[in-house]
Amino acid sequence: MSKIFIIIQREYLSRVKKKSFLVMTILGPLLFIGLIFAQFWIKMIPEEKQNILVIDESNLFIGKLENTANHAFKYSQNAVETELQSLYKGNNNVLLYIPENIIESQKIQLYYKKQPGIGLQEYISSVIGKKLEEFKLVASGIKPEQLKATQTKLVVTTTKVEKSGELEKKDNEIMMVVGFLAGLLIYFFVFLYGSQVMRGVIEEKTSRIVEVIISSVKPFQLMMGKIIGIALVGLTQFVLWIVLSAVGIGISSSMLAKNEIEKIKTEQTFKNNVPQNSAFKDLENQQKAEIMDSFFNQINWPVMLFSFLFYFMGGYLLYAGLFAAIGAAVDSEADTQQFMMPITIPLIFSFVMAQNVMTNPESALSFWLSVFPLTSPVIMMVRIPFGVPYFDLAISMIALILGFLAVTWLSAKIYRTGILMYGKKSSYRELWKWLFYKP
Amino acid sequence: MDVFSTQNVVKKYDNYLALDQVSIKVRSNTIFGLLGPNGAGKTSLIRIINQITGPDSGALFFNGQTLRPEHIEKIGYLPEERGLYKKMEVGEQALYLARLKGLSRYDAAKRLKIWFEKMEITSWWNKKIEELSKGMQQKVQFVVTVLHEPELLILDEPFSGFDPINANMIKNEILELKNKGTSIIFSTHNMASVEELCDDIALLNKSRIILEGSVKEIKKDYSTHTYKIDFSGNIVAFTNAIWTGFELLDKHSDGNLNHATVRLLNQNTPNQLLEAIIPHVMVNGLQEVIPSMNDIFIARVNNEKIELNANLTE
Repeated sequence: MSKIFIIIQREYLSRVKKKSFLVMTILGPLLFIGLIFAQFWIKMIPEEKQNILVIDESNLFIGKLENTANHAFKYSQNAVETELQSLYKGNNNVLLYIPENIIESQKIQLYYKKQPGIGLQEYISSVIGKKLEEFKLVASGIKPEQLKATQTKLVVTTTKVEKSGELEKKDNEIMMVVGFLAGLLIYFFVFLYGSQVMRGVIEEKTSRIVEVIISSVKPFQLMMGKIIGIALVGLTQFVLWIVLSAVGIGISSSMLAKNEIEKIKTEQTFKNNVPQNSAFKDLENQQKAEIMDSFFNQINWPVMLFSFLFYFMGGYLLYAGLFAAIGAAVDSEADTQQFMMPITIPLIFSFVMAQNVMTNPESALSFWLSVFPLTSPVIMMVRIPFGVPYFDLAISMIALILGFLAVTWLSAKIYRTGILMYGKKSSYRELWKWLFYKP
Repeated sequence: MDVFSTQNVVKKYDNYLALDQVSIKVRSNTIFGLLGPNGAGKTSLIRIINQITGPDSGALFFNGQTLRPEHIEKIGYLPEERGLYKKMEVGEQALYLARLKGLSRYDAAKRLKIWFEKMEITSWWNKKIEELSKGMQQKVQFVVTVLHEPELLILDEPFSGFDPINANMIKNEILELKNKGTSIIFSTHNMASVEELCDDIALLNKSRIILEGSVKEIKKDYSTHTYKIDFSGNIVAFTNAIWTGFELLDKHSDGNLNHATVRLLNQNTPNQLLEAIIPHVMVNGLQEVIPSMNDIFIARVNNEKIELNANLTE
């Protein structure tokens, strides 16, 4: 059995057998599902019931504010000062003061004992705002129905014209989301597992076992064994996450289905104040259908999945060598900071540039960023959902492979020297010299 | 037959010359002491022998063949800075390291069982290294080093970290390995163990070999022609008797018995010394003062004549 395989085996098993791996593997999807759950749950928590005392000097709103499940309105004719003094005596939480000149000033005032939720403020603002609009419309002789008839929601459809004359409909938003998520995953994977490589190298160096091992195998074998072993750990965890998440989402969505109906009901009551005509609803449904259509049909999924796997692995492999070299150059994890720049800068840069690439996926800048190996794993994933010529993709992939070979070759040189340097503060100058040491 | 030899090995780091034309010969089935002060180049040489690094120039031979990567499996190396994976279990770790040296899992497990019983550490198999004491870890590491039955064993300070009982146990294991035919390169600062164990030595200082040969020959070469004499009688008479041809280095008296240290000059022999003093005093004993390896080491490194301080007070 090849020795590098023995190393890969140890690196893989020693990590997969750890309790923390098991915990992370189970916790990951749980956190993910938990987040989704939490969103629904938070929406379903009833806000604290608010008793609102209204002092309306304009007399426009008396008796016109509707009570809801969370809000009860009462009205008072007293002066604001007297009611403020007795606010703590009664069971009113909030005092709403509407001045006489509300139409001109467009200002109302909320007094409270305890900070009311943003929901209450939004509710009052939208209800009173709507009423004010209606008053103004009536004052200028327009009926509210007339206005509604003029309301327009414009739909923009984007279509790409291919050289062949073929037309391809594209929904940019969904592509942005898909590309960005894929890039984000790669970004995290590189950092998460790259730093595991670094920690592994530091562990071997500080425990001095490295000298025993490299008297049996070549330093390069040890480095690559570690990098590949950890890559497999990452893949295992990733696959388990997907499987567990899928199962978890399946279970929780059937549980949620019941709650979903109630949620829709509450949304309906919320929207009651803002009635919509049926034409709007049709339009919305149509848009939803279009989003689904673009998600499933406009993105080239075979290319997307293959590229994702390629850049997922390629990006990690490219950076893992650098992480290993850093681990070899230092004596403890605390010293790694000074050498992290060459890793963090291109990664964070590609992440920042991802925004630009999303809006201009076919610009020259996007092209070069998706070819340059240090940025291509994140950037290319952002571009792919928009459709990338196979030529671009091939150049980018070849560049990534070449970049990986070059970076690993250089890293191996630093690694080889670094692992045997104990108790010496290294600098970039030092690392530069190591590149030229004879083995 | 030499199991291992180097010819004019040179190694440079930056502008620092770590090894300068170093040639050593390790005879088959012997213990070869690689000595030298800190920073002399011992570790550089050992790393080159282990093919961890390569020489800038010079040649290395293993059993007469040029040293090649596959020879790694016939060499065992115990570095001075010991280290094992702290979180890994003892047995699993020993298996891993043995497999990296080319043993199959089956062979490694079989041999480990024998060694663990011999070293009385069988019960540690499932323990993590970090749960063991330093001495216990050293034992595990020693077993791992010799498990693949190397032809050449390189031990860098093998006794450090052991209590006297375990140190003795390791010493006996080393001698037993030698008896079975293993050749050993033994690097240490402990000169007493050099005299006890080594057949040949090489002394490295400032990147060069400044002394080499068999321990016996070297001690003979460094004979100081100095003798310790116990006698009773008049000290003045004694001093007068050795006035010509000898040099009195030291004398002291405890009651009736006098002790003197005398160096022979002009190629005089111990017999001539006796002839000179017998008429004047009563000789109780005569003993040659042999320089220890420690004295030779210090003297050669400092490039001085042998000082016998250590022996004079014996």
